Amino acid sequence: MTFLPKPKLHHPKLASNALGFTRRDYEGSISTLCAGCGHDSISAAIIHACFELDLPPHRIAKLSGIGCSSKTPTYFLGNSHGFNSVHGRMPSVLTGANLANRELIYLGVSGDGDSASIGFGQFAHSIRRGVNMTYIVENNGVYGLTKGQFSATADKGAKNKRGVPNNDEPIDMVSMALQLGATYVGRSFSGDKTQLVPLIKGALTHKGAAFIDCISPCVAFNNHDGSTKSFDYVREHNAAVNFLDVIETRDEITADYAPGTVEIVRQHDGTYLKLRKIANDYDATDRISAMNYLQTHHARGEIVTGLLYVDPDAEDMHAALGTAMAPLNGMSDEALVPGNAALAKLNASLR
Amino acid sequence: MSQLQAVNDFVVKFANVNGSGSASANKLFAQAVLRMGVPATPRNIFPSNIQGLPTWYEVRISDKGYMGARGGTDLMVAMNPQTWDADIKSIVPGGYLFYDSTRAIPASKFRADINVIGMPLTQICNAEYTLSRERQLFKNIIYVGALAALLDMDTDAIKGLLADQFKGRDKLIQANYHALALGHSYALANLPCPIGLRLEKSDKVGDRIFFEGNAAAGLGAVYGGATVCAWYPITPSTSLAEGFTKYCERFRKDRETGEKRFAIVQAEDELASIGIVIGAAWNGARAFTATSGPGISLMQEFLGLAYFAEIPAVLFDVQRAGPSTGMPTRTQQCDLLSAAYASHGDTKHVLLFPEDPNECFTMGAEAFDLADRLQTPIFVMLDLDIGMNDRLCEPLVWDDSRKLDRGKVMTAEDLESGRVFGRYLDVDGDGIPYRTYPGTHPTKGSYFTRGTSRDRFARYTEEGAAYQDNMERLLHKFATAAKIVPGPIRRDAKEPTRLGAIYYGSTAPAMDEAVDLLTEQGIALDILRIRAFPFSEDVERFIEDHDQVFVVEQNRDAQMRTMIINELEINPKKLQRVLHYDGSPITARFISGSLAETAASLKIVPLRKAVS
Ligand SMILES: Cc1ncc(C[n+]2csc(CCOP(=O)(O)OP(=O)(O)O)c2C)c(N)n1
Ligand code: SF4
Ligand SMILES: [Mg+2]
Repeated sequence: MTFLPKPKLHHPKLASNALGFTRRDYEGSISTLCAGCGHDSISAAIIHACFELDLPPHRIAKLSGIGCSSKTPTYFLGNSHGFNSVHGRMPSVLTGANLANRELIYLGVSGDGDSASIGFGQFAHSIRRGVNMTYIVENNGVYGLTKGQFSATADKGAKNKRGVPNNDEPIDMVSMALQLGATYVGRSFSGDKTQLVPLIKGALTHKGAAFIDCISPCVAFNNHDGSTKSFDYVREHNAAVNFLDVIETRDEITADYAPGTVEIVRQHDGTYLKLRKIANDYDATDRISAMNYLQTHHARGEIVTGLLYVDPDAEDMHAALGTAMAPLNGMSDEALVPGNAALAKLNASLR
Repeated sequence: MSQLQAVNDFVVKFANVNGSGSASANKLFAQAVLRMGVPATPRNIFPSNIQGLPTWYEVRISDKGYMGARGGTDLMVAMNPQTWDADIKSIVPGGYLFYDSTRAIPASKFRADINVIGMPLTQICNAEYTLSRERQLFKNIIYVGALAALLDMDTDAIKGLLADQFKGRDKLIQANYHALALGHSYALANLPCPIGLRLEKSDKVGDRIFFEGNAAAGLGAVYGGATVCAWYPITPSTSLAEGFTKYCERFRKDRETGEKRFAIVQAEDELASIGIVIGAAWNGARAFTATSGPGISLMQEFLGLAYFAEIPAVLFDVQRAGPSTGMPTRTQQCDLLSAAYASHGDTKHVLLFPEDPNECFTMGAEAFDLADRLQTPIFVMLDLDIGMNDRLCEPLVWDDSRKLDRGKVMTAEDLESGRVFGRYLDVDGDGIPYRTYPGTHPTKGSYFTRGTSRDRFARYTEEGAAYQDNMERLLHKFATAAKIVPGPIRRDAKEPTRLGAIYYGSTAPAMDEAVDLLTEQGIALDILRIRAFPFSEDVERFIEDHDQVFVVEQNRDAQMRTMIINELEINPKKLQRVLHYDGSPITARFISGSLAETAASLKIVPLRKAVS
């Protein structure tokens, strides 16, 4: 398979955003994934979110591991630098990139095999460190690219295409992320664009480790009866706790809401997260009760989705390290090299 | 009984218990010798634990300036009952034993052919101090005082060092002076001072400095402009990352705001360390990791990616013997092959071999220029012997007019001016393409980084021809590397010889001395110190110039020899193995002994004899 350039025919009526870009400017080359693959819907949602947020595409760096999911950065944001790294190690590469230049927006794309199996450790530690990033796991419960073996997020008892059940306990990435200190945690479904796009927008504007577990059915290997990651199964068991809107200024929040039905959260960058509650008893700013809620509802067989947790005052890795505000990759020789006089002094102390 | 006689030329070995605070007292002794102008080279020999196991500190004192390990002990300071028997055994006939005589030791535990000097150290200490920590620490200073008397040393040098060390803490200085005097006067009054080994003031140290290789390499990274360091603790590399941290805190912290112009991450493992380095380097920061053999093993997959994706990473590999149990605190040069050909697929990497702390500094800095110029991983191959020991070396200098060479990077202006950008396009004919940093330009210069499967413009392709084209360019780039890495240093014998020896890294001081020993035996030897891989043409020429070439290394499998045979297609019969790999540093006696023996077995008549 060779590179497939996408015909750049601008539709005259294509809307443009505040930067004068159209949706097309956020696209990449044509996807080579299976027709109907959930991952393609997530790519579309990423394009949509970046367009609506008026993000300059070249200020986004997109990084991934290995897998069908990790291939997708080729299919969006064609004007961004991208890095298809090695299996399970996107988090470390992204961490390093972020250290080098804190001014770019970092988008990490991974799969459930990539993040919950081989790369479980790197997933965990990048979250622990509070790397300022949007980390999306395109979760289909299988290894798509190696043809359908169970991954570590496959539910116990879920059956593969040949009817063989999975015997191992699943890893719930969202619960893990909460426990590890992610400061923005969401779960969604590739088939629910209205829920997914705002969740991605909120993550991109969040400062700190933002994690999204997006269930994304694999039509080739995990969309049959007996799968718990199929389109049908997820639709039937989806239990959204809230509906998110990302708003650029407070002025846009005009409507009156019945008390207790809407929560407004102001993020570091000035954006507002408007949360319309679906589950009345769910508080997305309370980490402990969120973890509790997830466990309870998981036990009932529900797939809880929505913005599950946000800490709007989160700090990131750079704050913890005390790094300079200016990007490290742009520092001058003078800022970095102490010079010969300093060496002469040092020599004197070593005699 | 014979009494060994020597001035400024002997070996003192301290046998201690790990964690007893002896390390700083022993270093104090070595530094005092240096302050007297006499070259001294200490070596720590320590176990892989924190407290309770034996450690040794060996100080080679040599007015001639020999800095390699010598082998044998002339004066043993035996402070560890656990290792008593072996310690006594290692003393040369006529040598001296200094020990704590508080508790009686049966006569059978001594040797008849050595000179025994007992001093009731514990008893003196217990009488003087009540706190157990004080007793332990000052006991060390007391024996340094006694040694000064026994060796006829000048205590001013020691006092000066103590004053420097505890600057501003007068009470501590006085307390140390007191302990020192206690040991010194006891020895003068009760022991046969001076013994046959003596120290006299000399002028052989000059302006040289006394520095640890790891610290020097960490400082080199500061001067090389490294801003990101990711590492995972492993002996013997840990003090390199710590050195970088220390010098960054000193030189790279904003005086007013406290902002740091560096970022150091202690990663969760070596996979993450190298991943962070690769991510940072991809994004235009200079980044490195410090590790040892087991870490290099874990980094293999990423190193392949960095090679194919052409990411400028720097790795300091402070080599040690084998796996993680038993020998991790012993020195070797055993990672050459796993570094040079690290990873899957056809890969080759650039290696640098510093010989001492000075080169750890210069190569530590230069590695970053090379990485950026060549856009590939660069390994700086230290080992425990130079990494974790203080060593006398030339003072460090920096040319203030020097600019960090960031290699081929296209800026927004370059892109705007219409210059063609192909991430894997060889525009200059040296195999090195241009790169852009992420975020450079809104519409030009972005590209997608992946291992292989792309064409010269970084577009996805699985076509064999495009893959092969790229692989050929990478080879061409490696040939360019051979021209710009530090070249070998050749030193020919005074008279023509058919014998040559190749060596590298920490073997250098032992080699220098071995050449002298061989010359005394009438064997002339030309030597070549390899400083980098890929090899420059000079290596090939050196081998051509000689009938037999010894390759002296500190590993079992003759790894450098293998690389020479492999890369230069040299007839293996021409290259003789000289291998030292028991975990102790190679010695001059070992080198000269095995060279002389092999030369004899090859029936190579020393040229001088053949002619006369
Ligand atoms: C070190 C290593 N081991 C194995 C593989 C083979 N491999 C490629 S993708 C993949 C699984 C990907 O699964 P997931 O992350 O869930 O992505 P999906 O294809 O399902 O989107 C595996 C095992 C590899 N590329 N590298
Ligand atoms: S194999 Fe599955 S995950 Fe991969 S592209 Fe096809 S549907 Fe998507
Ligand atoms: Mg998967």
